[in-house]
Amino acid sequence: MNPWPFVTAAYVVAICLTAGLIGWAYASMRRAEIAADALKRK
Amino acid sequence: MHALANPTRFLRLARPATTWLLLVGLVLAIAGMAAGLVFTPPDYLQGDTVRIMYIHVPSAWLGMAGWAGIAAASVSQLVWRHPLAAVGGRAVAPAGATFAAICLITGSIWGRPTWGTWWEWDGRLTSMLVLFFLYLGYIALGSAERERGGEGRITALYGLVGAINLPIIHYSVLWWRTLHQGESIGLTGSTIDNSILWPLPLTMIGFTCLFVAAALMRMRAELAEAKVEARMRRMGGQ
Repeated sequence: MNPWPFVTAAYVVAICLTAGLIGWAYASMRRAEIAADALKRK
Repeated sequence: MHALANPTRFLRLARPATTWLLLVGLVLAIAGMAAGLVFTPPDYLQGDTVRIMYIHVPSAWLGMAGWAGIAAASVSQLVWRHPLAAVGGRAVAPAGATFAAICLITGSIWGRPTWGTWWEWDGRLTSMLVLFFLYLGYIALGSAERERGGEGRITALYGLVGAINLPIIHYSVLWWRTLHQGESIGLTGSTIDNSILWPLPLTMIGFTCLFVAAALMRMRAELAEAKVEARMRRMGGQ
């Protein structure tokens, strides 16, 4: 059995889920901090 | 820990720490994965599928470490009423759930060519799946309690009770001798040859930095959201 499709699939899953987590955490942080700053300036 | 109880002081440290953790985490994780894919020899038994270890082992460690963090935050909240403990527990949960999921999926992908099956109701696999569901329950309970304006004490109790699964995961390979192999890496050494092992610390540290960065970003988001809610309430009350 050729192992490379399995190795590739595992790395793709790990990279996509980690990138998704980091992207989601960053976007939610930026959104919340921008809203807090905007309200402070009012 | 108590020095960081003040959210302003915490944020002063968390802002630069987030950037550094992201940068160091990205560099180490990419370097470790590239080294694991290109520079290490195939294992004499597993062949090239051994390369899945460089992402599977860090994700297993982080899935478990995440819940240990939740348990520590729960104790801190219930005993010392640390103001950031509930925020910290809720911030760690999505990262822990993600890495528990990565562990389960990559383990399943590794199992197909090695064991000849995608899934087996083995002690280690089943207890890890339970951990993933515990995370989902914690996330749901935490957000429900927060929406109702609770202090998060029920969520903290759940976090503490759920920690009983951690020794079960750890010792499952000793208690139930089924498909999953025993411990290859311990505190005193490793049964894996150094020519294969060396990129593993890189991915371990790299993914750990990314995990902590994700948790810090979630904490910053929750603190900013709490600030907005408090200001809106004050404005509404005027």
